[in-house]
Amino acid sequence: MEDLAKKFEHIKGWGIDADPKNDPTYPMKKRTNAEHAGYTWDRPTQQPIDVEVLHSNERPNITAVFGGTVPPSGLSGKLRRYAFQYGESSYGHWLPLLLADRVNVVEGIIDDLKKGHVPNIFAERGMKASWKHDRSTIMKKAAIGIFAIAAIAAWKLGKKSGERD
Amino acid sequence: MLAMEYRGPQRVRITEKPMPEIKHPEDTIVRVVRSCICGSDLHLYNGNVPDTRVGETFGHEFIGVVEEVGTEVTKVKVGDRVIVPFNIACGKCAFCKQELYGNCHEAAPQATAAGGIFGYSHITGGYAGGQAEYVRVPYSNVGPTVIPEGMDLDDAVMLTDVVPTGYQAAEMGGIQPGDTVVVFGAGPVGIMAAKCAWLFGAGRVIVFDREEYRLEFVRNYAQCEAYNFESIEDPVVFVKRTTDSLGADVCIDCVGAEAAGSAMQTITGRKLLLQAGSATALHWAINSVKKGGIVSIVGVYGPTDNLVPIGNVVNKGITIRANQASVPRLLPRMIEHVQNGVINPKALLTHRIPLEEIADGYRIFADKLDNCIKPVLIPPSAGM
Repeated sequence: MEDLAKKFEHIKGWGIDADPKNDPTYPMKKRTNAEHAGYTWDRPTQQPIDVEVLHSNERPNITAVFGGTVPPSGLSGKLRRYAFQYGESSYGHWLPLLLADRVNVVEGIIDDLKKGHVPNIFAERGMKASWKHDRSTIMKKAAIGIFAIAAIAAWKLGKKSGERD
Repeated sequence: MLAMEYRGPQRVRITEKPMPEIKHPEDTIVRVVRSCICGSDLHLYNGNVPDTRVGETFGHEFIGVVEEVGTEVTKVKVGDRVIVPFNIACGKCAFCKQELYGNCHEAAPQATAAGGIFGYSHITGGYAGGQAEYVRVPYSNVGPTVIPEGMDLDDAVMLTDVVPTGYQAAEMGGIQPGDTVVVFGAGPVGIMAAKCAWLFGAGRVIVFDREEYRLEFVRNYAQCEAYNFESIEDPVVFVKRTTDSLGADVCIDCVGAEAAGSAMQTITGRKLLLQAGSATALHWAINSVKKGGIVSIVGVYGPTDNLVPIGNVVNKGITIRANQASVPRLLPRMIEHVQNGVINPKALLTHRIPLEEIADGYRIFADKLDNCIKPVLIPPSAGM
């Protein structure tokens, strides 16, 4: 505080009403003012960077540790690399990431099929639990689906017979 | 090893994955014995969190046994049974030094706004999560804490997130003796926030939700008032009328992005993803708190934007306090509360599900089937 007072002594009245106890983050934050020293702490040992890790352009580096289990790949990976050219407050960052997530789902299905695995969508969606605990909703959804398909089919057939007449 | 794997919105499965390896001198490898599905996992499950990649393993609420330690690990040893806080925190950066372990600057390269979290998309570091048989735990000199002798494992797993998050929600409310506290959401965190509000001296605790079985549970568990907002025309007007028209002293948002209650918020936030989830609970919290009051947020939202009445925040002079819980800071006190019988966390665990049935577990929790409050997953190799 004394150092800062000296630094700002050219500003009349600086800090005269400062009250460290009136900290709205108390007691969530143990005030040390360490953040005022900037990015100066003794960084932990850097985890070897042996996979591609995208990092925010709002930071200068990759953090000392990171998870590397699913590195970017394919078309979704290209979209993710594009997204990381933009800052975290930009739609240019988040919208391509959301798009990449959707593209990644299709890539996942293709990848499964390539490996000879047909994904069991019903099992993956936990339909067994729904059937056991919420059968009426499933029946309702199935009935709506069947009705919608029947209505479309009837409309198509009606249209075709109308064209013949 | 077996691990949960995300395949797309509302699609998860159990799969065989390679064993995790030590990647850093402060890493440990933990064999998971209990792992929960968190309400915030549902944001990932529904595909609402950007940079959630197909093939990721979720799970940030887990405990286990240390199987392997890195060369610089001193806090725990092989064989220790440990509580693993959901925060991944270095303990050395300026933010960790201030005990803001949820905001570590050395754990999530993809974002500066978020700290490191296990199994929670690539925004929080891209780490594999604990809904698996084994997991890599970075910075093991900071987070993992040995489970005290005699503590029930079901209590211990709730100390990784639910209990400290609920406690911090109340703590951030700056509750003064006699205050009226309104909690939005009777999920596990909301239930715990209501319980903890009393520990800070609240004079009245009111909870809102729309699931009757959860309202019934929180009424008994947290000894509070609980109301179904669907049977009330306007929860904000209800709060005003029940607080002498002034509003609550403290409002707590324990819902986040999956909130129901407003068609506009649901359509724009949850269906069209035009905002980072539905902010209905936060909207109500801001409008229900009294002038000069405090809104505490622990509900999780996505990283883009949300529609909230910020003009009312200014006009009412509201203080908003929010953060991911700083679990390592709170853990010693939470352990005391459990050991002294002040908090009984395991009472919230309604479903025990084998890890192999992960897809059904997510469905039960997401759709609130079978009166589910909190499911815990048991891996086949848990052995206890």
